[in-house]
Amino acid sequence: MTTTAGSAPHERLTALAERGMAMGEVRGAPAADPVNLPMIRHWTTAMGDANPVYTDEAYAAASVHGQIVAPPAMAQVWTMPGLGPREDTTTPIDEVLRALDEGGFTGVVATNCEQTYHRYVRLGERLVPATRLSGFAGPKNTALGTGYFITWLVTWYAGQEPVAEMMFRVLKFRPREEKAAPEERPAYPLRPAINRDTAFFWEGVRVGELRIQRCGDCGELRHPPGPICPSCRSANRAYAVASGLGEVYSFVVHHSPPVPGLRPPFVVAVVRLAEGVRMVGNVVDCPPERVRVGMPVRVDHREMDDELTLPMWVPREP
Amino acid sequence: MYSISGRTAIAGIGATEFSKESGRTELQLAAEAVLAALDDAGLTPSDVDGLVTFTQDANQEIAVARETGIGDLSFFSRVEYGGGAACGTILQAALAVATGIASTVVCYRAFNERSGRRFGQPNAGLGGEPSSLGVEMSWHVPFGLLTPAAWVAMFARRYMHAYGATSEDYGRVAVAMRRHAATNPAAWFYQRPITLEEHQASRWIVEPLHLLDCCQESDGAVALVVTSTERARDLRRSPAVVTAAAQGSGAGQMMMTSFYRDDMTGLPEMGVVARGLWEMSGMSPKDLQTAILYDHFTPFVLSQLEELGFCARGEAKDFIAGGGIEIDGHLPVNPHGGQLGEAYIHGMNGIAEAVRQVRGTSVNQVPAVRNVLVTAGTGVPTSGLILSRD
Repeated sequence: MTTTAGSAPHERLTALAERGMAMGEVRGAPAADPVNLPMIRHWTTAMGDANPVYTDEAYAAASVHGQIVAPPAMAQVWTMPGLGPREDTTTPIDEVLRALDEGGFTGVVATNCEQTYHRYVRLGERLVPATRLSGFAGPKNTALGTGYFITWLVTWYAGQEPVAEMMFRVLKFRPREEKAAPEERPAYPLRPAINRDTAFFWEGVRVGELRIQRCGDCGELRHPPGPICPSCRSANRAYAVASGLGEVYSFVVHHSPPVPGLRPPFVVAVVRLAEGVRMVGNVVDCPPERVRVGMPVRVDHREMDDELTLPMWVPREP
Repeated sequence: MYSISGRTAIAGIGATEFSKESGRTELQLAAEAVLAALDDAGLTPSDVDGLVTFTQDANQEIAVARETGIGDLSFFSRVEYGGGAACGTILQAALAVATGIASTVVCYRAFNERSGRRFGQPNAGLGGEPSSLGVEMSWHVPFGLLTPAAWVAMFARRYMHAYGATSEDYGRVAVAMRRHAATNPAAWFYQRPITLEEHQASRWIVEPLHLLDCCQESDGAVALVVTSTERARDLRRSPAVVTAAAQGSGAGQMMMTSFYRDDMTGLPEMGVVARGLWEMSGMSPKDLQTAILYDHFTPFVLSQLEELGFCARGEAKDFIAGGGIEIDGHLPVNPHGGQLGEAYIHGMNGIAEAVRQVRGTSVNQVPAVRNVLVTAGTGVPTSGLILSRD
């Protein structure tokens, strides 16, 4: 779905925003608690604000305030809903935000926050917020994706007196589909050369199949594979999917020198497959000192990065 | 049947010092070794009409010829497969001389293998080459199996499993080589012998290989002059006659990673070389007074003793027990200290030692030497020589 100016979803969003703005300032639920010393103490401790006018009664009494006052930057704290069930109050922005989520603009990033303080608030005052939707702009193409900027204004009242204001703006955006969340793994450095004689094997491990070349004419199994059957000269190639069971035929524990992409000590084994051919791979999920010649193993395909999967071997017996 | 046996000889040997940092270019090392070998033979650069080296050598034949004042070349050739090329260079030279393609061929190998590109370090790009080797390596490199020590360790573990050999059996090879090097002033480990306990206490490189199972890394160069036996007799030194020379690779051969054939306890390519040497020389193991066995890692010394027929399968550990391959044992192996003790010059320093043993001029001379066997790199397609007193 795309949203461009003039499209139906855009018209709907714009209409909702206009309706929200037309509502003007809408009062919300009063703060759950009046301004109080315990919350001030928690907040100043967390913020590292040691000003005694917020917590020391005697000091505050001697100050210009004459009593304890709350830090102005706590304005939003007093009316912020907790994690519990919310009271069913609506603001003029709720419907617009919900419509944006439903339209695929699920990403959110705060872009502006400006607060204005009219006066200090005192212990015992119970604040009431009021919200006004003041701006709606979009769609805009941003680095994060296409989205809308929504701006609102919150005013906190003590009784009828506004004590603080906040202008808040967010970008609600549709996350870019191509690698918006850059969780790309680094490329595994030890890469095989793959050509038309060997591609079937590497394609196999990517789909979880351990493929052994099988001559299309005489049926001989062969690993590593090659273009011509050494037994019957046939270039007619097929493959069998191995059972994935085998046993360690020989193995080494690599300690030194460092190998890119691997952390020593690691185990590399020649595995004799149940089908008779041998194959080299790492033995994993097993301490190196437990690996033995003859140990039964089964294949486990491991994605090394977005492109390379390697067949590895895990013990069959605990 | 025409045979090259006995027709050619090594008439001169030359080398630079063996170090960890030569402080000069590989080309300079090559030129110095070539000139030293010609001086040793009593020849001049203008006598040379052929040059042979390893495909891995970074110095082109024409560059070496320019630096040394060698003029026209009628023969140049290179041998593949890492250290497996060593004796193969002498085979190439002997073929050229015996067939009249060239009269005097110098074989050389020069590198800064310690201070420059180190073969023991992992090369993550090994598996990325769009060549048959790159594809071959791609079955191993992605799993971190990409160092020579690791490749050899895979065979060593299977050999231990099959024959009951232990890390101490491998350690005895290292102890013998370091004993020999201790009395060789040209050796890096001159006057630095080790004990079996020190071998066992050395850190793991790739289990089951300890540090002291792995040969050192060296900077240096060696050159060898090959000419006809007839001509060699007129030169400064007594000839080391090429009684036999052979190359070999086995069925299902790979570079150090032939994990997919036979029982992984032998070196079939060395078996091919052994058959070639015995056939061309008409000899058997009892005719050898000493042997230069390629020792980049200790376990393959055991396998070579078996492939060459010095002992039966699985019995090399008994053959080397009690100092069997030491200078006073039943088969002194690597009197110069080998690559574990003297230097790692890709096996070419071992050929030089074989020549000294034939001449009777080694610092660790084995008594009454008539024939010396030399092998090249193991785990790869390889080569071998039997050099004899004239």
